[in-house]
Amino acid sequence: MATTPTAEPRTNRIGLTVIEYKGGKTTLCAGCGHNAISERILEAMYEMGVPPERVVKLSGIGCSSKSPAYFMNRSHSFNSVHGRMPSVATGALLANRNLLALGVSGDGDTASIGIGQFVHLMRRNLPLIYIIEDNGVYGLTKGQFSATADLGSKLKTGVINDLPPIDTCGLAIELGATFVGRSFSGDKKQLSAMMKAAIAHHGTVMLDVVSPCVTFNDHEGSTKSYKYVKDHDEILQEISFVPHFEDIDVEYDAGTTVDVTMHDGSHLQLRKLEEDYDPTDRIRAMTRLAEAHDKGEVLTGLFYVNTKAPTFLELLNMIGEPLATLPESLVRPGREALEAAMEELR
Amino acid sequence: MSTTNVAPQGTGGQLGRKRIVNDMSIQVATVNGSGSQSSNTVLLRAIFQMGVPVSGKNLFPSNIAGLPTWYTIRANKEGYIGRKKEIDFLVAMNPETAQDDVMSLAPGASVLYDEPLALDKLRNDLVFYYVPYDKIVAAVCPEAKLRKLVKNMVYVGVVAQLLEIEMGEVEKAIRKQFAKKAKAANLNLAAAQAGFDYAKGNLVKRGAFYIERMNKTAGKIIVDGNSAAALGCVFAGCTVVTWYPITPSSSLVETMIEYMKEYRIGPDGKATFAIVQAEDELAAIGMVIGAGWAGARSMTATAGPGISLMSEFAGLAYYAEVPGVIWDIQRVGPSTGLPTRTSQGDILSTAFLSHGDTKHIMLIPSSVAECFSMAQDAFNLAEQFQTLVFVMSDLDLGMNNWMSDPFDYPSTPIKRGKILSKGDLDKLGGFARYKDLDGDGVGYRTLPGTDHPAAAYFTRGSGHNDKSSYSERPDDYENNMERLNRKFETARSFVPRPEIQKGTNAQIGIIAYGTSHWGVIESRDQLRSEYGIETDYLRMRAYPFTREVHDFVEQHDRVYVVEQNRDAQMLSLLKLDLKPELTTRLRSIAHLDGLPLDARSVTDELSTMEGK
Repeated sequence: MATTPTAEPRTNRIGLTVIEYKGGKTTLCAGCGHNAISERILEAMYEMGVPPERVVKLSGIGCSSKSPAYFMNRSHSFNSVHGRMPSVATGALLANRNLLALGVSGDGDTASIGIGQFVHLMRRNLPLIYIIEDNGVYGLTKGQFSATADLGSKLKTGVINDLPPIDTCGLAIELGATFVGRSFSGDKKQLSAMMKAAIAHHGTVMLDVVSPCVTFNDHEGSTKSYKYVKDHDEILQEISFVPHFEDIDVEYDAGTTVDVTMHDGSHLQLRKLEEDYDPTDRIRAMTRLAEAHDKGEVLTGLFYVNTKAPTFLELLNMIGEPLATLPESLVRPGREALEAAMEELR
Repeated sequence: MSTTNVAPQGTGGQLGRKRIVNDMSIQVATVNGSGSQSSNTVLLRAIFQMGVPVSGKNLFPSNIAGLPTWYTIRANKEGYIGRKKEIDFLVAMNPETAQDDVMSLAPGASVLYDEPLALDKLRNDLVFYYVPYDKIVAAVCPEAKLRKLVKNMVYVGVVAQLLEIEMGEVEKAIRKQFAKKAKAANLNLAAAQAGFDYAKGNLVKRGAFYIERMNKTAGKIIVDGNSAAALGCVFAGCTVVTWYPITPSSSLVETMIEYMKEYRIGPDGKATFAIVQAEDELAAIGMVIGAGWAGARSMTATAGPGISLMSEFAGLAYYAEVPGVIWDIQRVGPSTGLPTRTSQGDILSTAFLSHGDTKHIMLIPSSVAECFSMAQDAFNLAEQFQTLVFVMSDLDLGMNNWMSDPFDYPSTPIKRGKILSKGDLDKLGGFARYKDLDGDGVGYRTLPGTDHPAAAYFTRGSGHNDKSSYSERPDDYENNMERLNRKFETARSFVPRPEIQKGTNAQIGIIAYGTSHWGVIESRDQLRSEYGIETDYLRMRAYPFTREVHDFVEQHDRVYVVEQNRDAQMLSLLKLDLKPELTTRLRSIAHLDGLPLDARSVTDELSTMEGK
């Protein structure tokens, strides 16, 4: 029997194969939008050449929050308590400012039990990628409405939601997040570009990814079903991302495309589908989101980006090295310091 | 006894020639927001500088301005610095409480009051002095808006003259109090001097109380427990502090911010710490856990209501085995309760904080020196045992001024516990996060960011096997629980040991902890001298209990557990730990009025229970 020579596996710019970004086998339902998001995350990390050891994955509780177990096994991960991942992520970044933190949450974990920590996370502009895997229901407790469910949306049981949804993107922009967008787990191209730009961003990234729940919220009457989202998806702009380690090879027309230079030198190119939309205009972004609600659109795209705002870690004036591993000589003052303190108290 | 003792009105009446030296409680009754805190500190320091042991206790309302406040300075030549029930010298500045304050005094006490209050008609068994504060203040303080503040310094001068506190020491204390404000120092000094001069020219000393120079405070410091704890954490290598303001813990972090700025900013101007005011206690503890997980020495400070809110996260930290230090400055009750009164009421709830089978290490400081030293212990134990450590201080210790020997520089290097580095992993090839390799129940951990392909592990609650993989298997859960228990048992021999004072063959033992210590040591002397009751004493310093605690109960027929809560919480905890036949030896002396424990209360109750 002839042996076929094995080709060298493809590697990224730090010499790792995509296999080295894989996680455990998913235990979510077949067809769950969350699995697609996990795939986009690990691909983006791979393509951007992020060392997996630099990444920390943090989550709360729920189907979404289980997903960090299904990608990037070589990254530390913390499945924390319901709605309170933001504080754990904040602590981890205080301890080690060199980490790349990825928070994975759901609509229940964020917009209901976690809304308090969510809003305070957004206003701090902590350098973190915060992804909401948004399906409008509690999956793990079998299909109750969450606070992002749209007015009039129907549960499998026939119950109609009669409360307005919380728009996590509108909140995030209002409160100070510096990279805010919405995507759809079924839109591979858009989500991939946004994920890579998220990795390049310096500050809080808030991505609300509509991710249908095939078991509890994919039926007629639901506004978070695959069909509904495909039918009502209103795309704000076509997004391409050129990482800093690649050359820009496509010319663009400044009249039709907005070019955003990211903190790391990467370029985010947004080909306008709505002529006057400027993603650096915070007020316009909030207005456009309100319009989308009124029109019943599922508006996706990058709503707002600000590459200039200082991050929370910068405001703290910390030493460059991670606090976690500072030697005793830097964290325990000498005997003379204690003696001086004692003298003041005499 | 005459009702007034103010020249020129009264020199009549007779008071015994009794002279009580360096043994008194001075209480200043005022309203909060009136600036009396500076005056009281000056008075306290002046006595301290004369070599007389002192303590200062502030009884204050949950309010910013206008409600009654009492500050009590105890001077005691024997060195008793716990609260004394009886007041010997009252400075009555608050019209609202003056009547009640006077009526509650024991016969023979002295009262110094503002002239318009005319308190001398209330009783005829006290010594009264009055001072026309407004007139005196107007003369020394031209600026009308400052008079309210300066008025309080006048009584310092009057009290100094009446008790024979040296004005030189008052001046020194004022200069220290207003070290950075020369103008304020001069103004206050003038006010104190005016008070002193007024007393000298107009008052005839008739009370029995005197301060005389002695030498029991040389080299000592005065500090509150929260500041001592703050300093302790600065020297313990704490790197992340996250907090939410709550009385009586706020001053711990606020003082720590000052100390950190002073001692933990490098020559490049960069901080070796991060301090974050969180949105609530839930976030504060979440940040502590995130930071501890990622390798920081992290902490928060809170009080009972905050502890309750931290409950769920405390359970996660217990199961996920994440280090962190939590200072609980205990106080009374929830909501609009008595947030400014002291208590030891969080012992039982903290020991088992959270759901499921959880138990936590608690350290219990009694003194400001222990606030400093236990900060070192707390961070070391948290990392060695990869768990939360609660330091159970209280309002009395945390917010009041205590005299102390200067703190000892930490005697051991920082202990970071079992952390595997990249180099370790290169040698080992991999690791199992929760495997008990050493038989002590403590696994090895890696820090996020460790540059090795085998460094990562998945952190979650109780559902995991020893490789930290998700597991719902009954045997994995049970094995993990047994190991966590083994870890807790190991901690018994690592936590601070109790302090034991034993006489010869006493049948009665006393167990106390925290600030109850100060009332108890004085009570033991009272029990001996007044009732002939000999007692042995064990001061608990930590939970889980060490071997010595069991032995102590075994060695005594009756053991009184003295504590400041209603339900005998520590006694209950002891019952769970002791052999069943020993539990009947325990008796509770519980003190729960929100005021620091005093010796007399212990003596009265214990002697009664002993049938004396």
